[in-house]
Amino acid sequence: MTIDWSWIGDHTDDLTTLTFSHLQAALSAVFFGLLISLPLAVVAHRVRPLRGFLLGLSNVLFTIPSIAIFVLLLPVSGLTRTTTVIGLTIYSLVVLLRNTVEGLDSVPAKTKEAAKAMGTRPLRTLLTVELPLALPVIMAGVRIATVMSISLVSVATYIGDGGLGQLFTDGFQRNFPTPVIAGVVLTLLLALVADALLVAIQYVLTPWTRRRA
Amino acid sequence: MYELFKNLGSWLISGDQWSGSDGIAHRIAEHLEYSLFATLIAAAIALPLGLLIGHTGKGAFLAINLSSFGRALPTVGLVVLVFLISGLSLWSVYVALVVLAVPAIVTNTYAGMSAVDPEVKDAARGQGMRGHQVLFQVEIPLALPLIMTGLRLSLIQVVSTATIAAYVSFGGLGRYVFDGLAQRDLVQVLGGAALVAIVAVVLDLALAGLQRYLFRHRRTAAH
Repeated sequence: MTIDWSWIGDHTDDLTTLTFSHLQAALSAVFFGLLISLPLAVVAHRVRPLRGFLLGLSNVLFTIPSIAIFVLLLPVSGLTRTTTVIGLTIYSLVVLLRNTVEGLDSVPAKTKEAAKAMGTRPLRTLLTVELPLALPVIMAGVRIATVMSISLVSVATYIGDGGLGQLFTDGFQRNFPTPVIAGVVLTLLLALVADALLVAIQYVLTPWTRRRA
Repeated sequence: MYELFKNLGSWLISGDQWSGSDGIAHRIAEHLEYSLFATLIAAAIALPLGLLIGHTGKGAFLAINLSSFGRALPTVGLVVLVFLISGLSLWSVYVALVVLAVPAIVTNTYAGMSAVDPEVKDAARGQGMRGHQVLFQVEIPLALPLIMTGLRLSLIQVVSTATIAAYVSFGGLGRYVFDGLAQRDLVQVLGGAALVAIVAVVLDLALAGLQRYLFRHRRTAAH
């Protein structure tokens, strides 16, 4: 297995473009996943009968193979970036919903009672007490969803998108390992950097957890 | 849209589609062969590793980080890479599927083992149990639910990813997906994808049933 370094040298522009396109798809998916899962998680947390239904539904969605989700979306949104993002959003939703519900569950009942006793309204309690305290568990979900999305973007190469995944199809069709290796390494690096950034963001957002440790 | 689903329905139930060497029944068998064999190899590697790390408490860092490495690794790239290096051999599929399946099993096995109450282990030792007795009679039974979760997670991932075998010229249900994509035959693509999803869900339900059967005594014991 030899790496053709000159190919990499000649294609740095392409690699950069693909890396950014890859990152854009993954981050959009996590963003939309959060946008949808936060209100759903609050509902699932408060309305007990809906909780089992929503969590069960998201577990079933997770058993559908990623390539199948992209393909099943083809009649709706065709061979576009939209299909990639919708498919990845569905996947990230599963992780985000579960973790956000668990995070809200982990907020001590006494803390919520204290907020109520101080006259804080329910919405304000949610925004200023419950969500911040649930943040560590929610962020754990965001980290998993981000790393997973970054890895899954490449599956969308079969529907003509896929960011760095295009390097896999390219290398396969030309029987040329170098682009494939570059794609794998760049995907891993992207996941590593994104994960480290999220750890840093969590560190900044949750100063109270540091004092305890 | 309606027309599409009607065609999909007739594709799925027509008898011609099900028989023969490129029939659905044969493709399901191939798909199951890849998935189950890969998961078995993965379990043979990952279970002892997870048990060892959990029992000795050494290498916990590895066990925790292995799962996020596994999540980050792009399977498509891995299959193609091993295929290009190893040539036309099914091993490229198995290597990629095993690498995909190992982390979840190791991490969940370790998580199950580390969740066992240390006092329970102390009590077992205090009763004169040896290391291996503690492992097999106390730790493994208590860790079994999480170990099973890891196996189920891995199996689902492997079943859905085994679709890729067809991309590198082998069989399985991915054949319909990739042939359909090449022929612009959406019905065939959707049919293949739906079959993969059905196989994954059915296998997961079967394992969940097995799990419930294995733990039927535990629930009665708790009451």
